[in-house]
Amino acid sequence: MSDLRTRLKQSIIEQLNLEEFEVEDIANDEALFGDGLGLDSIDALELIVLLEKEYGIKLTEPQQGKEIFISIDKMAEYIEAHRTK
Amino acid sequence: MKKIYLLDDAIISPLGFSISENLSAIRNKVSGLKFHENKRFDSGGFYAGVIENVTLNEHFSKIGNPESFTKLEKMILLSVHNILFKNPDLDKSKTSLIISSTKGNIDLLQENNGFPKKRVYLAELGKVIKDFFRFKSEPIIVSNACVSGGLGLAIAKRFIMAGKFEHAIIVGGDLVSDFVVSGFQSFQALSEYPCKPFSKNRNGISLGEAAAALLVSSKKGIGANNICLIGDASANDASHISAPSRTAEGLHKSIQNALQEAQITSEEIQYVSAHGTATIFNDEMESIAFNKSGLEDVPVNSFKGYYGHTLGASALLESILTKHSLLNNELYPSLNFDEPGVSKPLNVIENLKNTPLKYAVKTASGFGGCNLALVFKKEENE
Amino acid sequence: MSNPYKISNFVRIRDQRIFHGEKKLFSCEEATHLKRFLKESYKFLNISYPKFHKMDALCKLGILAAEVLFKNMEIPTDTALVFSNSASSLETDKKHKILMEATVSPAVFVYTLPNIVLGEISIKHKLQSENAFFISDKFNAGLLADYSEILLDTSKADAVVCGWIEWKNAEYDVFLCLISKEGEVSFSEENLEELYRFENE
Repeated sequence: MSDLRTRLKQSIIEQLNLEEFEVEDIANDEALFGDGLGLDSIDALELIVLLEKEYGIKLTEPQQGKEIFISIDKMAEYIEAHRTK
Repeated sequence: MKKIYLLDDAIISPLGFSISENLSAIRNKVSGLKFHENKRFDSGGFYAGVIENVTLNEHFSKIGNPESFTKLEKMILLSVHNILFKNPDLDKSKTSLIISSTKGNIDLLQENNGFPKKRVYLAELGKVIKDFFRFKSEPIIVSNACVSGGLGLAIAKRFIMAGKFEHAIIVGGDLVSDFVVSGFQSFQALSEYPCKPFSKNRNGISLGEAAAALLVSSKKGIGANNICLIGDASANDASHISAPSRTAEGLHKSIQNALQEAQITSEEIQYVSAHGTATIFNDEMESIAFNKSGLEDVPVNSFKGYYGHTLGASALLESILTKHSLLNNELYPSLNFDEPGVSKPLNVIENLKNTPLKYAVKTASGFGGCNLALVFKKEENE
Repeated sequence: MSNPYKISNFVRIRDQRIFHGEKKLFSCEEATHLKRFLKESYKFLNISYPKFHKMDALCKLGILAAEVLFKNMEIPTDTALVFSNSASSLETDKKHKILMEATVSPAVFVYTLPNIVLGEISIKHKLQSENAFFISDKFNAGLLADYSEILLDTSKADAVVCGWIEWKNAEYDVFLCLISKEGEVSFSEENLEELYRFENE
C-alpha cells in the first residue's frame, strides 16, 4: 500500500522535474495542483503519460485527470482499482 | 498614415493551388480536412488537411525537379513562383524575402531521407528559397510559433516603413508531420472529428499543411481597390507557455495597440478573422479578448474548419483570405460552427454574405504566450 | 545613421562562464557538462524559481541571462524581446524525435519551438511585450539592430533585449543586450557586432 505511494512520489518528482522536492516533502493528502505542489496543465498531461507508461491506465478524457490527480492518496486509490500492470 | 499595400498573393493548400480554387471551395463550404490513418490513434486515425504528393509533384515539375526538394520546399517554392510569375519586373534588389515557419523541414529528422543532414535547419530552407529565385539579400526567417506568418507580415511593414526596403515577399509554410501530430496528440489537443471552432462541442484542433505567399509594397497596386495593412501589434501573455491567458490580456493588448496605430476605433471594424483553433481554451480566450475590445457584434470567422491549423502559415494564409474578403465584399462562413460554445457572445458568420467592407482585424495566438493583431483597410482609388 | 539609444547592459554565457558586461560573474572551473553548469549557475545567481528545473536548456540559458541582465533594475514595462539563433530548438526536437518511437512527453514537446524561451522570460519578469524570434545561420547584428531600432522609434517598445541564444550539440552561446536610452555605449550594428566578437576571441 504505502509502497505504491512512495513509488508514485518518486516517479512524480522524477517525471515532473520537481528538483526541490524529496519524497518526504510530499504528504499523501496534500493538493498536487494549486497551492500544494504547484503543478500546472503540462504536469497534468505528464501525469496522464505516467499512468499509462507505469500502470497501463489510459485516460482518454482530460477531465478525468481532474478527479484523479487531487492528491497522492486519490491517485493511489485509482491506480489500485484500475492498473493493468 | 503608416501603411503597406498587399499586392499579389498565392496559396498552396489541399483546397487548391490557386487563389480562385481556394476561394471557391470556401464559398461552397468545402473542407480540405480528411481522415488519415495513423496507428497512434485508438480511433485509427485523425482529421487533417494534407497536400497530395502526386498533385504537388505534378505542379512542381513545371518549375523544377521534384526529387531535389522536400515537400515543404516544393510548397513554398510554388507559392513564391506564383507571385514572381505575375510580377516579372519586380526589382529583387529592393525586395526582401521573409520566411515564416514553426518547424520547417522537421520531417528530415527521420533517417535516410535522401537529403543532407543540415537541410533540417531553417536557415538552409531560407537558402534553398533564396537560391532558387536568385534573391539578392539574405532572407529574414521568423519562427515564433503560431503567430509566425502574421508576424512576418508585421515585420515587413515595420522594415518597409523604416525605409529598409521597398517590397517584401512574405511566405509561410508548415507540414502535417508525425513530429507535430504526436506532440499535439500528447497535449490531447487534437479533435477526433474535423475541428469546430467556437462551437459548444468543439474538442480540439485539426492540423493542416499549406504554403501562403504575399507580395507587399510601399507603393499601391494598379487595381481599382487596394488593401493595406495599417496597424500591427504583438504582445506576450506572460502567463503560461502552452495555455492561453484566462484573462486574454496579451491578445486584448495586441488588438488595442494595433487599432491605435491604425487610428481607428473598434466600431469601425466590420470583420474579424480569428485564430479559432477550436481548442476549448483558445476559443474561449479569444471570445474574452473580442468582448473586451468591443468586437463582440462584429462578424467573425475561423478558417480552421477548411484548412486545419497550418501553424506558421496560418496567420499569413488567413490574412490573404481577409484581403480577398475585403476586396470582394464577402464574409466567408466559419465552417463547422453549430451551437455557440464560448462564454462571451460572438457574431460567428454561418453563411456566405455579401456586404460592403472597409476595415478588418486579423488575430493569432500561439505557444509561448504570443499574440498578434493586424488591422487592414480597403483603399478605393479615385 | 545615429540613434538616441544605448547598449545599456549585456550578458554573455559560453564555455562554462557568465559575463555581465565585461566582468566575469561566474565560472565552473573544472570541465563539466551543460546540465551541471546550468544548475550551478542557478544556485550562484540565487534564483528561487522551481519552474526552472522543468525547462529545456535553451530556456534555462535564457532565464539565467535575463536574471543577470535585469539584476537590480526596474524593467521598463514594454521591454521587447528580439532573439535569434541558427539551431532553433533542434536539441529538444531530437529528444522529442526519440520519444516519438516510445511515449511522447508533452513536457518535452512544448519546448520544440524556439520562441518558448521568450515566453518563459516574459512570465518570469512579467513582460507583456513585443516578441520576435529570428533564425539566421550566424549572428546577424544588422537584422537585430535594425529591428530593435524600429521597435523603439515607433514606440512599440520602451526598451529591447536583443541578441543570440544558441544551443547546439552540447555547445551553447548566449549574448543578450539591453537597449534603452540609458548608458554610454551607442547602439549600432558595429558596436553590437564588436561586443559579440570581443568575447568570442
